[in-house]
Amino acid sequence: MLPKAKLWLALTIAALTSMLSTSLQAAWDLNMPQGVTQISRETYDLHMQILWWCVAIGVVVFGVMLWSIINHRKSKGAVPATFHESTKVEIVWTVIPFIILILMAIPATRVLTEAYDASESELDIQITGYQWRWEYRYLRDDMNEEEVSFFSNMSTSREEINNQLPKQETYLLDVDNPLVIPINKKVRFLLTSNDVIHAWWVPDFAVKKDAIPGFINEMWTIVEEPGVYRGQCAELCGIDHGFMPIVVHALPQDEYDAWYAGQQEQAAAARAAANNTITMDDALAQGEEIYNRTCVACHQAGGTGLAPAFPALAGSSVVTGDLTDNIDLILNGVPGTAMAAYNRMLSPVELASIVTYIRNSFGNSTGDLVQPADVNALLQEAQ
Amino acid sequence: MSAAHDDHHHGPAKGISRWLFTTNHKDIGSLYLWFSFAMFLLGGTFAMVIRAELFQPGLQLVDPNFFNQMTTMHGLIMVFGAVMPAFVGLANWMIPMMIGAPDMALPRMNNWSFWILPFAFAMLSSTLLMESGAPNFGWTFYAPLSTTYAPSSVTFFIFAVHIMGASSIMGAINIIATVLNMRAPGMTLMKMPLFVWTWLITAYLLIAVMPVLAGVVTMMLFDIHFGTSFFNAAGGGDPVLFQHVFWFFGHPEVYIMILPAFGVVSAIIPTFARKRLFGYDSMVYATASIAFLSFIVWAHHMFTVGMPIAGELFFMYATMLIAVPTGVKVFNWVATMFRGSMTFETPMLFAIAFVVLFTMGGFTGLMLAITPADFQYHDTYFVVAHFHYVLVPGAVFSIMAAAYYWLPKWTGYMYDERLGKLHFWLSFIGVNVLFFPQHFLGLAGMPRRIPDYALQFADFNWISSIGGFLFGASQLILLFVVIKCIKGGKKATDQVWEGAQGLEWTVASPAPYHTFATPPDPKLIHDQ
Repeated sequence: MLPKAKLWLALTIAALTSMLSTSLQAAWDLNMPQGVTQISRETYDLHMQILWWCVAIGVVVFGVMLWSIINHRKSKGAVPATFHESTKVEIVWTVIPFIILILMAIPATRVLTEAYDASESELDIQITGYQWRWEYRYLRDDMNEEEVSFFSNMSTSREEINNQLPKQETYLLDVDNPLVIPINKKVRFLLTSNDVIHAWWVPDFAVKKDAIPGFINEMWTIVEEPGVYRGQCAELCGIDHGFMPIVVHALPQDEYDAWYAGQQEQAAAARAAANNTITMDDALAQGEEIYNRTCVACHQAGGTGLAPAFPALAGSSVVTGDLTDNIDLILNGVPGTAMAAYNRMLSPVELASIVTYIRNSFGNSTGDLVQPADVNALLQEAQ
Repeated sequence: MSAAHDDHHHGPAKGISRWLFTTNHKDIGSLYLWFSFAMFLLGGTFAMVIRAELFQPGLQLVDPNFFNQMTTMHGLIMVFGAVMPAFVGLANWMIPMMIGAPDMALPRMNNWSFWILPFAFAMLSSTLLMESGAPNFGWTFYAPLSTTYAPSSVTFFIFAVHIMGASSIMGAINIIATVLNMRAPGMTLMKMPLFVWTWLITAYLLIAVMPVLAGVVTMMLFDIHFGTSFFNAAGGGDPVLFQHVFWFFGHPEVYIMILPAFGVVSAIIPTFARKRLFGYDSMVYATASIAFLSFIVWAHHMFTVGMPIAGELFFMYATMLIAVPTGVKVFNWVATMFRGSMTFETPMLFAIAFVVLFTMGGFTGLMLAITPADFQYHDTYFVVAHFHYVLVPGAVFSIMAAAYYWLPKWTGYMYDERLGKLHFWLSFIGVNVLFFPQHFLGLAGMPRRIPDYALQFADFNWISSIGGFLFGASQLILLFVVIKCIKGGKKATDQVWEGAQGLEWTVASPAPYHTFATPPDPKLIHDQ
């Protein structure tokens, strides 16, 4: 080859490889992530092993086929052979795949056995799926301790989804309250659902399991590297199935402990706040924020609803009617519909704000200002 | 001209009553095929809506609820309206001619099993116009999303499924009765064309599992309207039970859609390779093995529901086993092509594409069987890519191959070969641009059944959508080719294809309204 041609060849290859490697890193993810746990790496290895077996078999089978297509064509004067049925050949192409399958089944069985061993966990977290958010509850040994539990909602705005604002890098993959876990600790997740079936999945942990009402499934992980890991609900669960992401912050133990203590303080403060009074302005501001996060998917911007499954709030007989009935409906939901019970999803302050907001927005003007104490009274009555 | 004389006395009735009251297997076959094509276009339209919405991140065209209705209706219409009736249509047309029978064994029931279908699909499609909207819980309709949380149109969906099931069961009974009772003298079971064999086995699968589907939708009906709690955890029921019952139907259903395809391809490849099928007996046994295995692998669709490890392992091993008989089939087709004398008319092109692309779907199926890896693949676009590879360039390509292969026998004219090849190449390119990138999307973590996606999935999604539009538009060429072929063209010979074997090629082209009123000469029946 001429030196000049060689140079061009080298340049082209260099350009192609750099293009390929940068694009592979960016949007052109082609393969399963290796992840940050031992199980995720073993799963990746299994995936690559079976993939290469398939490629190898494909090359042989399609190779023979392509060779026949090129050479054994009538236009090239090929005369058909008359060979037919051979027990020997049939046995060979039955036994060889069988051996390959056994070679694959052995490591697959090993990894599955490992992944199923959820014993000796150091931290247990209950995950509950709701339409369309996750609840995380840290299980305590000591019932006198303040409990840490919270809901995790997607925080991507509806304006981004409806193309009215530019989309951020973590579009659809951001939440208000991420799950926080310590690294290098065996964390066990106890998974269930409050309504329909959801599935909790974080690809970097190779953990995916269905959250099923009436069942408690368990799974576990030991994350080795601190970082932010993202996933999504993986089982069709209704309208906003695409909008219930999972975000996990894995922190070093000391940072995790500090976070956990902060959460306990916040929980105590929230309980105390239930006795405070709020102003109309605060209630409307907070109510609007909660509406846009929690209610808007069904009841829509402007409270117009989506007939007939999702009633309008503007001019609704409930929202402009008896106040106690209205609060009661939001606390306990409407059985058999998508209207969930919010008595645990929102704090008394938040519940008071959202009721105040919907009763004074979308053209509704009851002038009611609900106080956290009013909500608390109803909550205690129910208990 | 005794055939012409017969036509005079026993020809078709005139006008619409010919089609409404017909008991002729060829007429009913045509009805099934046209119905299937109409449903293919309808389900395809829904797919175009899905791909258009997914062209870019963000919501552009439809709201998430309507998007879910589209994915649900696309799946239901394609499975029950397009693929299954197409194969029943081919069975109606070809099985009597292949075994030397004058018609199907139960011709009036044949009429009935077709004519309830348009009502079933009219009922199903009408839900789109209802106030509550169409079913929006996916074609797998997992409870309790499809019961407690379903739109009120779910009841219409349940009744539509019942009617489709009744139609399929009647069709299956008819095929079994025909094949077992009406074979011409000399047509022993092991001399039947593979298409007949695969359909005989498929018919048994249908009879075994369609009642299970009917059972599961009836349980839903009772949960919704009569206060039972089969699937309602709050009432002591079990949502996972739904999935077990559904997939006990659902997995054999997958093979119902692919076994007749194996039969079609096993007819076409020997014809255009001008060489006998390499191993007929082993093909029959492989089909029977696949049918048997299809009953003991259902829970591989449910690896993430939290089964005990013994269950996970059993279903993993059983699923991996399916690779063996499927491999036997693929190796047989390749061995048939090897040292043949091949030509590449449109049916052969579709058949070759079937072998390659179906096998790729088989490979990803093997990957999905590996349970720990399935935890990563499950409910992502990797699964979407997998089952579309086995269903579109698998089942659908085989139906198109069959249509091109037998069109000259049906119409008496050769189809336009240039347009046929154009249709093939556009479909082939379109289907791969459409579905291949979806493997990458799934591995990178994109869940299925979402109307909007994170930004890292944007590039492969628009590529996939472009492929989808190309594939969708190309199907109009097929419609044009078929109509053109019915209207006229080069006269087809009785033999049609140089290498074709079998009784259907011994009758005139177009096949007379009644064939084999007297059994064929046993000398015409060859070893397979």
